[in-house]
Parts: sequence; structure tokens; C-alpha cells
Amino acid sequence: MSDRGDHQVSEQIAAVKLTAITKRFGSVVAVDNVDLEIADGEFFALLGPSGCGKTTTLRMVAGLEFPTEGSLKIFGDEAGTLPPNKRPVNTVFQDYALFPHMTVEANVAFGLKMQRVAKQEIAGRVQEAISLVRLEGLEQRRSQQLSGGQRQRVALARALVNRPKVLLLDEPLGALDLKLRQEMQGELKALQREVGITFVFVTHDQEEALTMADRIGVMNEGELLQVGTPAEIYEHPVNRFVANFIGQTNLLDASVVSNDTVCLANGVHIPGKSDLPVGTRVAVCLRPERAGMHPPEEVPPDQQSVVGRLESVTYLGNALVYTVVLDWARLEVRRENQPGGYRPHVGEEVAVSWTLDAISVVRA
Amino acid sequence: MTMVADRPERLEEAAVATPEFEKAAERAASRRGFLLSLPAYAYLVLFFAVPLGIVMIYSFATRNRFGGTDLSGWNLDAYRKLGEPIVRDILFRSLWLAILTTLICLVVAYPFAYFIATRTPLVRNLMLVFVMIPFWTNFLVRNYAWRVLLGNDGLFTNISEALGLGERELLFTTSAVVIGLVYGFLPFMVLPLYASIERIDLSLVEASRDLYASGFQTFRRVLLPLSMPGVIAGSILVFVPSLGAYVTPEILGGAKTTLLGSYIVTQFLTARNWPVGASLSFVLMAVMLVATLVYFRTGGRNL
Repeated sequence: MSDRGDHQVSEQIAAVKLTAITKRFGSVVAVDNVDLEIADGEFFALLGPSGCGKTTTLRMVAGLEFPTEGSLKIFGDEAGTLPPNKRPVNTVFQDYALFPHMTVEANVAFGLKMQRVAKQEIAGRVQEAISLVRLEGLEQRRSQQLSGGQRQRVALARALVNRPKVLLLDEPLGALDLKLRQEMQGELKALQREVGITFVFVTHDQEEALTMADRIGVMNEGELLQVGTPAEIYEHPVNRFVANFIGQTNLLDASVVSNDTVCLANGVHIPGKSDLPVGTRVAVCLRPERAGMHPPEEVPPDQQSVVGRLESVTYLGNALVYTVVLDWARLEVRRENQPGGYRPHVGEEVAVSWTLDAISVVRA
Repeated sequence: MTMVADRPERLEEAAVATPEFEKAAERAASRRGFLLSLPAYAYLVLFFAVPLGIVMIYSFATRNRFGGTDLSGWNLDAYRKLGEPIVRDILFRSLWLAILTTLICLVVAYPFAYFIATRTPLVRNLMLVFVMIPFWTNFLVRNYAWRVLLGNDGLFTNISEALGLGERELLFTTSAVVIGLVYGFLPFMVLPLYASIERIDLSLVEASRDLYASGFQTFRRVLLPLSMPGVIAGSILVFVPSLGAYVTPEILGGAKTTLLGSYIVTQFLTARNWPVGASLSFVLMAVMLVATLVYFRTGGRNL
């Protein structure tokens, strides 16, 4: 990271650059015409439901699959047809794929040995990598004698010891239980800052992507739908799928009336910015935590609102989630559990309200 | 059986678990296991261990002038005879052919087994059936078929003539024997290899490639070590029957290339020297026993 400013050129060359990449398996299109640039030193997440093509995309960067069409560059060099052992990338596999017939030490040393690094240097670098992932003392263990978290660390050390230009991680935390997963999220992030290598990781867990990544690429059915920082993706999703996939959300059916007005499904015109053509079917995306709730007659004049009946209240401890039913929609409102404030009862009429900057208009 | 029969009454009366009950239950279980495996035990003892003992006794006996065997005057003459050049040559030739057959089978079967193991389940099962198909025909018949193929006007001579290599006499040579043995025992190499390769997680191969190993390095460092149980099992399954092979060398081999199996038969039936035949059989068995022990010691139990 420290030398980034020094080289004007390296700042411009993307660590990974996909141009019109398509991968077909027989008649199935796994990855459909994807363009993507991942910057040097970035922590990038490919996010999507299973079968969306994110793992195939990662495997193409690793060289474990070859693209059907398109160009794949790693630090400016065309790499789409290189075998995996000729690419400056390493992978942390989903199930870790540790060699069961080797010790932790031998697993970590494998890549260096294959590159014919001098024995002296191997010993030093292996030790360094093992202490980087805090596995000292376990060098002579075999993978069967390790816990899930330890295996994952061995897999990390085995990849990082080679000082790859890009580290690829395929659902790296998928096999761990919740508590360990959260712990490892923080560790991975810290590790990435420490080594300064570009990390590309694949996950189906939106929370994991939001927590860890500098930027996220959301995929569905082989297409890359949106690329942006966690905030951009959360606050300005491009379409209904992204809005729904990232976090909890309320989607109100609407259509575009002008570039700053939309018509809700109940016929009410409300302010809502979009650059979509008039008449386009859209959804107004209102996050539960951004919605306000008031008695119907007490809605602040600067806010828009819809009125419905409170159906249920879910108590989460630190927050309360209110479900409000309208005859054409169902909304969730999340309120922090503060003392005092408005606490309607189930069955009451309530107004769900929002300010203009709380909503975004997305393609349906 | 009475023990088993009266067990339930005694067990039912105890409602509270006691160490005595636990021990009795375990004893009953192990007794049942023994009784159920008794037929197999009896069969093996009667038809394997006992004859083996008889062979051993004969190997220390003396051949008398009339071609009979005197079960007296125990000595090691028969074993000393194994050191004689003729017998020694046969022993080494047989060992060499068995090793050669095993190696050829290994080299031919490994890529094939890997190929099968990496197919879809349907293709995999089909190919395994193909491996078994030769077993549907009698072994003797298949060996005679090779005689036709390798013979004077057979397929192989015709091909070699067509290629301008001249008339090659293959039948009744050592090569013919090896070809026949490889053909006969190849499935015994393919199946254990397949079984152990099939269990290897193929993401390990990908990991190896990702960690800068070439295809060959991946084979040597990852696939081969992990499929070692199959390599050893297959090698023993091919080596052992090759070493004692009788039918194939008799049919495809010439008189010049006597092998152990034929020699033992000659000793018993023609030379009527039972002690020598018995001692050779015993040595052969010892070699196989060692091979089997090696197999079990090197992780064959995991197979």
C-alpha cells in the first residue's frame, strides 16, 4: 500500500480487468457479457445468490475455467488462456482443499516448492506466513487434526505465502459457524490491510459483503447488475433485485410521471427523483430504518406518508419492527428501542412516513 | 446355541443397568458374531490351513527311488534344490515377468482409472461394466483367443508385416506371456485404482494447479500419494497371481520359458518329486504373504 502513490502507472492499471467476459457450459450461460475492473489493493466482493455466476467468474480469474469469450487481464497482461500455475493469483477454496497427506507446514510450503524457491527462503517465508495467520505451534499437524477456523487460516497462509498479486477467496467463511465467521470477517479485513494485496471474494451473504468489502459487484443470473461501494449499493440500488438482495427493504410499486415525480400504486403522486422515461414501472425503495411512524393526523408537513393498520410488532431487543398493512402494500418500519416516543398498538391506524432523501426509485 | 437361547430371559429381568448386565450383553454379542462366522472359519481351516500344513510337511520329506514320498528322514534337501541354477533361473524369470506385468498394468490402468473416476456417474458405471465384461467369458477361452491373435497368421503378425517390420513370431515367447498376463489381470489393477482415485477430492488437484504445480507435479505430489492405497492393492492383486500363473504361460509361452507354475506342476505330475514341488509352492506362498503384509502395513486397511 505504501508504494501506491509512487508509481503513476500502477495506479491506472487494474489488478483484474474483465471485458465482455462470457462463459457458457453447453447451452447454459453461466456468466453473461461481464465488464469489471478491480483496482490494485482493493477488497472486492462478488455478491449474489447461488448459481448467479459469481464463483464461475472467480474461477475464470484463477484459471480453473476458461472464458468462452472476452478478455481477462491481470495487471495489464492478457491472462484468459493461461493455465492456473502461470497466473500471479492464488485461491482460498471454499472447502479449503488442504492436502490431507501433508502437514500444515508442507501445505504452506507447497506453492514455493513448486516455484523452485530456495530451501532457505522457503523455510523463512513459511514461518512468516504461519505467524501472520497465528498458527504457530501447529506446523506439524495434519488438516484432519485442525478445527474449521484453523483450516481456513492454513488455506490463507498457503495462498498468501506466494505473495500473489491478487488473492481470490471462494466463500471463505461459508463453512464456519456464525460467531467464528464474524471474528474472521474482522481478521480478514485487517489481514488485507496488512499485506496490501488485492482481495477478490465471492459470497452470498450480503452482510458479509457490506462489512468487509471496499466495493461490491452484485450478480444475478450471470449478469453483473451493479458495482459500487457498500453505501452506493445500499442507498442507490439500480433495480428491484439489488434493493431486495442487499438488506431489508420495502418496495412500493409505482410508475414514473416526470423526472422528479412518481405515481404510487394507490394513485397518489409523490416526489421521487429518477432519470427513467415517463411511464416506466418502478419501485420506491424505502428502508425500514429510514421510515418514520406517526399517528395519521400528526405527520410532519415536510414528509410523505401512507396510512395503514399496524398488524404486528416484533421485539428484537435493540429495536422494534412494526409491520403495517395497506390494502395495496405491506411495510416494515424499524425503530430503535428508545424510551418514550410513539408506541402504537396492534390494530391501530398509523402513518408510515419518509423524507425525500430517504427513498430511492429503482427499476422494477 | 443354548447360551443364546437362554440369554433373553436373563436380560429381561434386569430393569436397572448394571456393569454385570453390560458385560453379559457384550459377551452375548461377541458369541453371536463367532457362531455366525463359524461356517467360513471351518471352511478355511479345513480346505486351506490343513492342506497348507500337508504341503509344508511334504516339503521336508524325501523322494524315494520309486517316485513316491517317504514321510520320514526329515531334511531340507528340497529347499537346497531351489538354489540350483535351473530352479533359480525359473524363480527369477517368474519374478521378473510378474514385476513387468505389474508395472505395465499400473502404467496402462492409472490414466484409465483416473478417466473413469472423473466422469459423470452414468458414464462411470458404464465404463466399469466394460471393465468387467471379459470376466463373462471363460479365462481359458480368452487365452486361446490370444493364441489366434498372436499366432503365425494372426492379427499382430499381419500388422507387423504390413508395417514392413517383417514377420514377427510372438506366440510362444516371453512377450506373449506378458501380453496375456497383462490382458488377464488388468481389471484387478483398474478397479482398486478407480476406487481410491474416485475418493480423492478433485478440488485438491485444482489447489495444486493454483499453487504453481504443473500437471505432472500435481500427479506426483498430490494424486499419486493420495491414491497409494489403490496402487499397492492393485499391484498385489496383479503381482501375486502373475507370479504363480499357470494357464497363460502354458498356452501362450513356449517350452523355453518355463515359469514357476508350470515347474511346480511338472515336479508333482511328471518328475514325481513331491518334496521339491511342495517346497517351491511354499516359497511362492511366503513371497505372497510378505507382499500382503506390506500391503496391510502401508495403509491397505483404509481401502
